[in-house]
Amino acid sequence: MHFRHILSALGRHRIAVGLLVLEIAFSCAVVCNALFLIGSRLERMQRPTGVDEAHLVEMFIGSVTRGSADAVMAQTRTDLAALRAIPGVANASVVNQTLFGNSLNASGVSLSDEAKAPSIPVTQYMGDAQLADTLGLKLVDGQWFKPDEFITEEQLESGHSGLPVIITKALADHFFPGQSAVGKTIHAFGTNRVVGVLDRLVQPHDSGPAEYYGYAMLFPVNLPYTEGAYVIRVRDAAQRAAVLQGALRALKADGPLRLISPKYAFTLESQRDKYYRNDRAMAWMLVGVCLLLLVVTAVGIVGLTSFWVAQRRRQIGIRRAIGATRGDILRYFQTENFLIATLGIALGMVLAFGLNLLLMRHYELGRLPGYYFPVGAIVLWLLGQLAVLGPALRAAAVPPVVATRSV
Amino acid sequence: MFGYYLDLALRSLKRTPILTGLMVLAIGLGIGAAMTMLTVLHVMTDDPLPGRSAHLYTPHLDPLPLDYKQGGDGPDPTDDLTWPDAMALLKAQRATRQAAMAGGSLLLRPGRADLRPFYVDGRYATADFFALFGVPFLQGSGWSAADDAAGAQVVVLVDALARKLFGTGNAVGRMVRLGEHDYRVIGVTRDWQPAPMFYVDASAKRYSDGDMFFLPLATAVDRKLDVNGNFSSWGEDRAETRMVSPTTTWLQFWAQLDTPAQAAAYRQYLVDYSAQQKALGRFQRPPANAKLYGLMGWLAHENLVPGDVRLQLWLALGFLFVCMLNIVALLLAKFLRRSGEISVRRALGAKRRDIFVQLGIESALIGVAGGALGLAIAQLGLWSIRQRPDDYARLAQMDMPMLLGTLALAVLASVLAGLLPAWRACRVPPALQLKML
Repeated sequence: MHFRHILSALGRHRIAVGLLVLEIAFSCAVVCNALFLIGSRLERMQRPTGVDEAHLVEMFIGSVTRGSADAVMAQTRTDLAALRAIPGVANASVVNQTLFGNSLNASGVSLSDEAKAPSIPVTQYMGDAQLADTLGLKLVDGQWFKPDEFITEEQLESGHSGLPVIITKALADHFFPGQSAVGKTIHAFGTNRVVGVLDRLVQPHDSGPAEYYGYAMLFPVNLPYTEGAYVIRVRDAAQRAAVLQGALRALKADGPLRLISPKYAFTLESQRDKYYRNDRAMAWMLVGVCLLLLVVTAVGIVGLTSFWVAQRRRQIGIRRAIGATRGDILRYFQTENFLIATLGIALGMVLAFGLNLLLMRHYELGRLPGYYFPVGAIVLWLLGQLAVLGPALRAAAVPPVVATRSV
Repeated sequence: MFGYYLDLALRSLKRTPILTGLMVLAIGLGIGAAMTMLTVLHVMTDDPLPGRSAHLYTPHLDPLPLDYKQGGDGPDPTDDLTWPDAMALLKAQRATRQAAMAGGSLLLRPGRADLRPFYVDGRYATADFFALFGVPFLQGSGWSAADDAAGAQVVVLVDALARKLFGTGNAVGRMVRLGEHDYRVIGVTRDWQPAPMFYVDASAKRYSDGDMFFLPLATAVDRKLDVNGNFSSWGEDRAETRMVSPTTTWLQFWAQLDTPAQAAAYRQYLVDYSAQQKALGRFQRPPANAKLYGLMGWLAHENLVPGDVRLQLWLALGFLFVCMLNIVALLLAKFLRRSGEISVRRALGAKRRDIFVQLGIESALIGVAGGALGLAIAQLGLWSIRQRPDDYARLAQMDMPMLLGTLALAVLASVLAGLLPAWRACRVPPALQLKML
């Protein structure tokens, strides 16, 4: 190939070539990082919660006239019986906080009861004996709570200590790496003995460092409905809407005046959608910026190459007249573009790396994985070749007879 | 000459419609993206109370014990004040006006068959709240300091809520049932919502709906009404005494200080107060930790702009930069292609400066067209932002300065982009090019 000729021709347009190289480099850097950002958002949106998401619905109920604690608790038992009797309901329970909900209940947890012991905030789920089955939680070690271990909310408020706890595998691995957590003690509400380890359960919403997302505890507490939400597992995912309607009807039919509204009844799936709405918007925005950047870069390549083709019409005619084929001319412009793109990509890799360092400093982002570099390079090479094709074909169509004409 | 250059520029742009179109498109996209995000940033960091904000300050004390450890990304307890501290600052009366406040959400039972009970957000505040922030009254007035002391059962409603409950008639003197108690309406304010809501607790949404009612703070504390916001506690934490505990922060506090000297005196007073509390053994940390933030300073400290928005702004600006690189390259090609024409003009006596100005006008013309396209694209971008679920989204509107700023930025960007190509083109030597013709 005639690299030397191409290079010497490019040398005559140093500024224009420089600008094009810069443009390609910058696009490459942004595209690499944007793809990485999109990838990490998608990964974040796919994190499992450890519960049976497809079959869960939940309702929050505002208590308008507050009765005595006993009356509320009795009402809770009546409600739960009514909910479990609805056709299509597998199980129902009260939980203190819901996944993707706004409230997050957490305690500082440490391995010792000294005040200065290092502690981390861990979210706590509380609920009755049916909660684990309702949520569809899986135990990987130890056992579930025994029926006599469940306490009331008043006992909890009055500082009941020695409550057993079930923790997630992620939390167990954090506190007791390489050993079974069952039988060990942690300090959350006083001293708590670990009786079981869950495969997975996550924070209601992201709080603290990313690895804390999978840290959660489960406590055996029989809560009144005013302290949390009803969560219901249906047998068939298609019945979720019908079950929600049925549940609203069942609860309205019975009990004191209270706030029961479809506004506070959701499927877990819709809550998940809502929770990740911003991530989705951000991912689409990044896709949009990438596409626009590529379009603008292509515009630059088409514009400049067209100019060069027009400027060199005479030279092209001469080359054609002395024996160059159409293919030779086509390949000349394609090679030229390949060289410029390669220069741009090489510079772009350095920029992409720098940009990633900058993002890591300001946005808690990981290091750009190596495979994004070749992806970015291939995208820009392809883009360059596509953009240059039109002007290059026009150049190849220049007839040799042009050589015999003056301007 | 300007008219002539304009004519030349128009002719030149018309000669290459595709190239011109591409350049206008590039600058339009770049400007549109950049202005969309700049507008979002502008509305998020706007002055919520123009004219008043310069005199509003929020004092912060540090009553935490020495060994208190801030956990993870939890709320900073020193963002808010404890009840005893807030009351001490109020009693000292070192500011022209000052008020302590906290947000609350109460169930409202309208007592009408056609309206179901619903929750409303409002604020528990001390008497000076209305004068301090200049809340405009439509009917009646706020309560007095004496009402504060007595824990009066009165409420001030916002117009929208008053109309919902009582229609267009006079609301003053009517009763409203909030939570478990009845309150007498003593005033109705115009719908009033500063954006951002600078005086709310860090856990509140700062760009969503404003307060719908105002209750005396003492009444809320007497009745232990529900509070929206962080209770940060580092001592004994019992539900019954939480609100008045000296080791629980939950109150926001704002003061009006009219002169810099008054502000300096207040700052000194905060340090003196902390020193006094330290001497009494209540505070443990250095008295110099006490701070006084101005309104805009406080908003900057709170860092309201989410990381995603900042990232999007940088992306948009980066995109504008690539668009400009693109235009520089295209203009360079375009201008140099006209070397022949330029050298003829030079040979006929045009100075370099004339060529430079002529080409500059051509670039500016592209900028004007690109700016117009950019405005349209920015409106589209802002529309798409308004579809987002975030609380700030609905504010994303362009005001006049932003509108003119868009056009100015577009022209500036294109003139800047035209500088290098124009400079290169005006250095075309007259004779050489003529020979080639």
